[in-house]
Amino acid sequence: MKFHIIAAATLFALLAAVPSFLGDAYSLRIGTTMLMYGILAMSWNFIGGMAGYPSFATAAFFGLGAYAGAVLQKLGLPMIASWMAAGLFAFVFAGILGMALLRLRGHYFAIASLVVAEVIREAVNSATDLTGGGMGLNLPVPQMGSIEAQAAYFFNAMLLISAATFIALFVTSRSKLGFGLRCIQQNEAAADMIGINATLYKTAAFMLSAVFVGVAGAAYASWVHYIEPPDVFDTLYSVKPIVMVLLGGVGSVFGPILGAAAYLALEELVWRNYLSIHTGVLGLLIVLLVLFLPRGLLSLAPRRWGMAP
Amino acid sequence: MSGPLLQLSGVTCQFGGLKALSDVTLSVGRGEIIGLIGPNGAGKTTLVNVVTGVHRASAGRMLFDSRDITGIKPYQAARGGIGRTFQVVQPFPELTVIENVAASALFSGAAKSLRVAREQALEHLAFVGLESMAEKDAATLTLAARKRLELAKGLAMNPKLLLLDEVNAGLNNAEVDQALSLIRAIAARGVTILIIEHLMKVVLTVCDRLAVLHHGELISVGTPKEVVSDARVIQAYLGKRYAAKEAKNV
Repeated sequence: MKFHIIAAATLFALLAAVPSFLGDAYSLRIGTTMLMYGILAMSWNFIGGMAGYPSFATAAFFGLGAYAGAVLQKLGLPMIASWMAAGLFAFVFAGILGMALLRLRGHYFAIASLVVAEVIREAVNSATDLTGGGMGLNLPVPQMGSIEAQAAYFFNAMLLISAATFIALFVTSRSKLGFGLRCIQQNEAAADMIGINATLYKTAAFMLSAVFVGVAGAAYASWVHYIEPPDVFDTLYSVKPIVMVLLGGVGSVFGPILGAAAYLALEELVWRNYLSIHTGVLGLLIVLLVLFLPRGLLSLAPRRWGMAP
Repeated sequence: MSGPLLQLSGVTCQFGGLKALSDVTLSVGRGEIIGLIGPNGAGKTTLVNVVTGVHRASAGRMLFDSRDITGIKPYQAARGGIGRTFQVVQPFPELTVIENVAASALFSGAAKSLRVAREQALEHLAFVGLESMAEKDAATLTLAARKRLELAKGLAMNPKLLLLDEVNAGLNNAEVDQALSLIRAIAARGVTILIIEHLMKVVLTVCDRLAVLHHGELISVGTPKEVVSDARVIQAYLGKRYAAKEAKNV
């Protein structure tokens, strides 16, 4: 327990120091992307890892957050406030959605959650007055002097959001909620029988899996200052975080962030070196990792570290 | 408080065209051990599932501790003081044995915090004789040990009524004897027990009363002696011809 806190604090302190010695915009952009996917992967762990519900709704929450943040800024809300509001919006949306979707299990839940992003994408596409529809939406460019300063700002912002996500994940994994979710993941009928209100617990997990993704989506919108439906509702926002969690270690606290870093490092390396066949090489690497490390990279850590859930 | 602990009146449970339970009226007194028997498919497990809210009764009313429990959800039944074990044991395989029991204590409301739940879990494990296995994964236990784990989980919910669904199925003779003394010890704590059982030895030695289900209907209720000599019960188990022969001989 103590080990986790020290390890996490060291990791985030090191990351916070990154902009001061790695000032170039390229490295910071990769770092920001990594942190953003870290948030997505950690968030997925609430519902997918802890409760065992394979959600593909991450892209829906991300796009919803991006559009909520962008529209609110267009209406005159300050940037940070719009991010918070976007998170809240995704949180409430997930609560309502969860009550309907979480009745389904396994593949049925996965398919239903996958469709959500598509439905919202179409809705955003046709609500041209509010969202700009297929033309996309421009956001105000933050005035921060140099490009490097702007890159450092968004790196730090993503770092803060991912730290908040990490803390939420850590606290949940040690709380009554986390314990209940583990029971649900292993045997939902039996969990019901010992007094766990499974519907409530699953919905809470689903809402937690949405809130930080919503904030990250809004931060992303401000960062790239132009969004369009095919970009922010991209299915890959749902799929990649799952691959990252599987890569790092399902249900654990450090797995998602490790998986996100490892996956994006692999992706960047493969893409640089095998431009024409990079998706093939990446796919092969993932298959190999899943075959030979089914419990993720974290299973390589000594057991006494207690890194597994 | 007076009156029966559990009162079923006219409980019916229908799955499409199949009446799994039809018009079952039964009362279970405080502190008694009542056995629920009947041929396979008679509706015994369905009755337990209806009482615990897994299935909804199509008709009828159920009172538990003078409260209406018709149509409650399983987690509400668990928190209200109805504990159960499963015929096919249902541990959380990747949790340790003590975590399994602590989960029951914590989520049924018997323990206020996880720490208290673990303490209580250890007591219940000692009671069923599993404390040496506390830190093992539940998946590693033998069948007999899993059945005892089920009992400990049921007990940890601090139930007023414990529904035991074939806790002895698949056990050998020595294991059955151990399980029986456990069941008696649980009853001695003042827990009312409804036990579904096929082994006549168990039924005849521990139960105060028996209720017999056949094709979803309650055909006989009474002391074990009365029930085993009831012509309808003999007919249900052994067929009409045997029952007729038996009647002639008496």
